[in-house]
Amino acid sequence: MNNIFDFLTTPVVEYVISGVLVLLVMYGIFLMGKVKSARLGNGISSLSMLLAVIFTLISNDILDVWLLYVFLLLGLILSVWIITSIKMIQTPQLVATLNGFGGLASTIVGIFALYEIGSDSSVFGQITAIVALLVGMLTFVGSVIAALKLAQKIKQKSFSFSNHTMILSGLLVLMLALIFIAPIVHLNPLIIIIIGLLISGLFGSLFTLKIGGADMPIAISLLNSLSGVAGAISGLAIGNVLLVSIAGIVGASGLLLTQIMCKAMNRKLLEILLGKTSVSLTMNQKPVVVEVKNKISTKDPLEVIKEAKKVIIIPGYGMAIAQAQFLVKELADLIKKNGASVKFAIHPVAGRMPGHMNVLLAEVDIDYDDLYEMDVINPEFKVTDVAIVIGANDVINPAARDKEGTPIYGMPILNVDEAKHVFIFNYDLKPGYSGVNNSLYQKNNVNFFLGNAKETLSTFINEIKNK
Amino acid sequence: MGLELTLIGIFIVSTIVGYFLINNVPPLLHTPLMSGMNALSGITLIGALIATAIGLKESNPIISAILGGIAIVVATINVIGGFGITDKMLKMFKKKVKQDE
Repeated sequence: MNNIFDFLTTPVVEYVISGVLVLLVMYGIFLMGKVKSARLGNGISSLSMLLAVIFTLISNDILDVWLLYVFLLLGLILSVWIITSIKMIQTPQLVATLNGFGGLASTIVGIFALYEIGSDSSVFGQITAIVALLVGMLTFVGSVIAALKLAQKIKQKSFSFSNHTMILSGLLVLMLALIFIAPIVHLNPLIIIIIGLLISGLFGSLFTLKIGGADMPIAISLLNSLSGVAGAISGLAIGNVLLVSIAGIVGASGLLLTQIMCKAMNRKLLEILLGKTSVSLTMNQKPVVVEVKNKISTKDPLEVIKEAKKVIIIPGYGMAIAQAQFLVKELADLIKKNGASVKFAIHPVAGRMPGHMNVLLAEVDIDYDDLYEMDVINPEFKVTDVAIVIGANDVINPAARDKEGTPIYGMPILNVDEAKHVFIFNYDLKPGYSGVNNSLYQKNNVNFFLGNAKETLSTFINEIKNK
Repeated sequence: MGLELTLIGIFIVSTIVGYFLINNVPPLLHTPLMSGMNALSGITLIGALIATAIGLKESNPIISAILGGIAIVVATINVIGGFGITDKMLKMFKKKVKQDE
């Protein structure tokens, strides 16, 4: 045993093994880029994590600290319980919560490092420890609030008060001051910890509270990135190569996803960081429900759907809330049996986290080849007979294209209004999260089926069957 | 300062590599990807293990056990829960592939 230990703690060997594990993780992520290899990729990533833990226990000579196994086992039991009890609809809040857990762990590693446990008294060690503590804590608090918002335990609407941006900026300055001044004046660790936890916790909560429901995918990916950054910096604090590199990858990937989300919503990351969310613009103006002109489409919707050759279904978060994805699948099959082609148009921010809608549709066995991204499907609306919208609003609102000055102006949308007929299965005619009235509702070729999507869809499906 | 510079260098290289790795993942897989990445961020678990073990041996064992215990448990949930839920998601995509073939 001693020989193995001596061998594994030689710096060169340690670096080589760490390097191999990091490459393994990267290969796992690479495999996750394709549907067919994704599951294997995930498996490889998790295997390399297991190896990383074992390697850490051996190379730090802490295999015999039995208490560690108690905690690991407790974590394992809780994980299994979570995995088996979770539903797909709850993934966004689960991911947010787990993300917060990672942040909390990094915070604690930072606290240990401040007491020079696993770290040293160098300025580098102290600065990185404080940064890990701050970023970890704001990730934790931010993620918990995001999770509560996603689970609708607290209001989804953006919450802000006057000077919100100024307070956030002030807290940011305070954090920077703490990072650079505390190690130089040798502040008592306990004081650093208390002040640090307070300001970063406050920052995390104010920042996330400010983000409205529509910007949630951005917030989630940003928090995901931050938990990686927190981990990497805690790795810097305790001088652990593995931790630095793997968490660094997570930090960067989260940032890239955040960018992709921002692009999809036509938002600037900095604006969101400073709290200028899309909802904030509409805070003062009360959303008004527009009276839809009483215009009964000339044609019976059942006739329209019978004659249709090309149908596109646009699922939104409303479908997910109503748990109507099974009925959507049934409707799609029914229309297909009629001889029409059915495609699904997925807006990049449909759902409450990046790619969420794809998961929900995959859950009900809809072929992922039928799922089309916005840019691919948009030119096809012109030649589409029926566009069926299920619980989507902002992402199909033409105001984003032609009403300058509205909060969603410039956001890329699905051009549903170009289809010959539009069926809308929404709960009501109220504006979406952005608070902007949907100008599509005023058009003549639109049929409304208002109410809980589960009920309206099953009625519609029965009508088609009986016809 | 040698180790610090190496570590910072590794951090920078990892972020760049991470950036390019993610670029080739289609939006279809963004949720599983994020959830997998999220699991990976639980790698801070190894930091928690090291710090807790040292704390137990060299510092106040009770405080170390409490703080470290929390860190290890939540980080473990982050890792195992994260990979588990990712696998659960990907299994659904997988099922479809089998049917096609």
